Amino acid sequence: MNASATPDWRDQIFEVLQDHDVKQVYHVPDAGHGKLIEACQRSNSMHTLALTTEEEGIPLAAGAWLGGQRSVLLMQSSGVGNTINLMGMPKTLRFPFLTLITMRGDYGEFNSWQYPMGQGTPKVLEAMGVLLYSVETADEVKATVDAAARSAFNGGQAVAVLLRQKLIGIKNFGKK
Amino acid sequence: MSKATLQRRPLVKQLLENAGDDLLVIAGLGSSNWDITAAGDRPLNMPLWGSMGAPVGMGLGLAMAQPKKRVLVITGDGDMLMSLGSLATVATQMPENLAIVVLDNEKFGETGNQATHTSPRNNGPTDSGAGTDLAMIARGCGIPDATTVRESSEVADLVKDVRTKKGPVFRLVKVMVEKLEFVMPPQDGAHLKDRFRQALLGHP
Repeated sequence: MNASATPDWRDQIFEVLQDHDVKQVYHVPDAGHGKLIEACQRSNSMHTLALTTEEEGIPLAAGAWLGGQRSVLLMQSSGVGNTINLMGMPKTLRFPFLTLITMRGDYGEFNSWQYPMGQGTPKVLEAMGVLLYSVETADEVKATVDAAARSAFNGGQAVAVLLRQKLIGIKNFGKK
Repeated sequence: MSKATLQRRPLVKQLLENAGDDLLVIAGLGSSNWDITAAGDRPLNMPLWGSMGAPVGMGLGLAMAQPKKRVLVITGDGDMLMSLGSLATVATQMPENLAIVVLDNEKFGETGNQATHTSPRNNGPTDSGAGTDLAMIARGCGIPDATTVRESSEVADLVKDVRTKKGPVFRLVKVMVEKLEFVMPPQDGAHLKDRFRQALLGHP
């Protein structure tokens, strides 16, 4: 993974989440989100929860909103498939929902098992009424996540930001 | 195991007796929804009409957002079976203000009372389950205070624990299979959410 070429976009996401007063951060372990997750874990202003499956993040977000708090779900494209039925909750309850998705099976992916859900991710999110934003370059990350947070928390939408594999880097398991 | 004798409606009514502004209630779809509504619909009830598997996660998110309020999740065995992992997630946070009550009638009520996995083994060709013990699962997930209630003599303690004991509290309550009247709250999810927030936060 080529993290050194784009050293700071994860830090920028953390700043945006703080600026938008996000209090609960849900995640599964993820290399792409790893640095952001650690920043959230170290933060005094955020509750960071590890989930057993991405699906849990949606009712958690609903409960947080019922109680007056903003949240974000960090997941990988493969996890999107685990969320589909409950992804209807933001529409049914009409509450703001923000998710940041690191893409696999997207751009130069070596693992064939990642392609079906990676390629299906935008389609299933759209089918469930989730607004999609997409980022391919590091210099667009901050503005895009900020816009997504505004659409969610000010505009009341369910919004997903797809952090494309071109941005994250192609996973090569240590091979050059 | 002896047959269940507790009835869910009067039990839930007792659980919610004199519920004030400090009790936030989430109920799973189907029977649990009708149960809390039969006890008296109120803005600080969030009865679900769908989203099976969601109540425990919702309760956890709410309990963390509102640490000074008591959060009570009431749901059924079928709903709980769909989100067993959420109990492990609760255990990572150990919210002191969260209580979870699972009304276990060993049936999928909404689809015609088919046996759930909590139904005993060797219970006939169409009603056999696995004897799954949800309280044991909750303990195994890392929620130490997870017990089973079967007798009417235990209900007073159940109510006290659910309303006041330091959480997370998990109670599996074995209840009878009954045919009960549907007592329905408003269905519109946005309305239910808005009235809840209005009552809790003073704005929708």
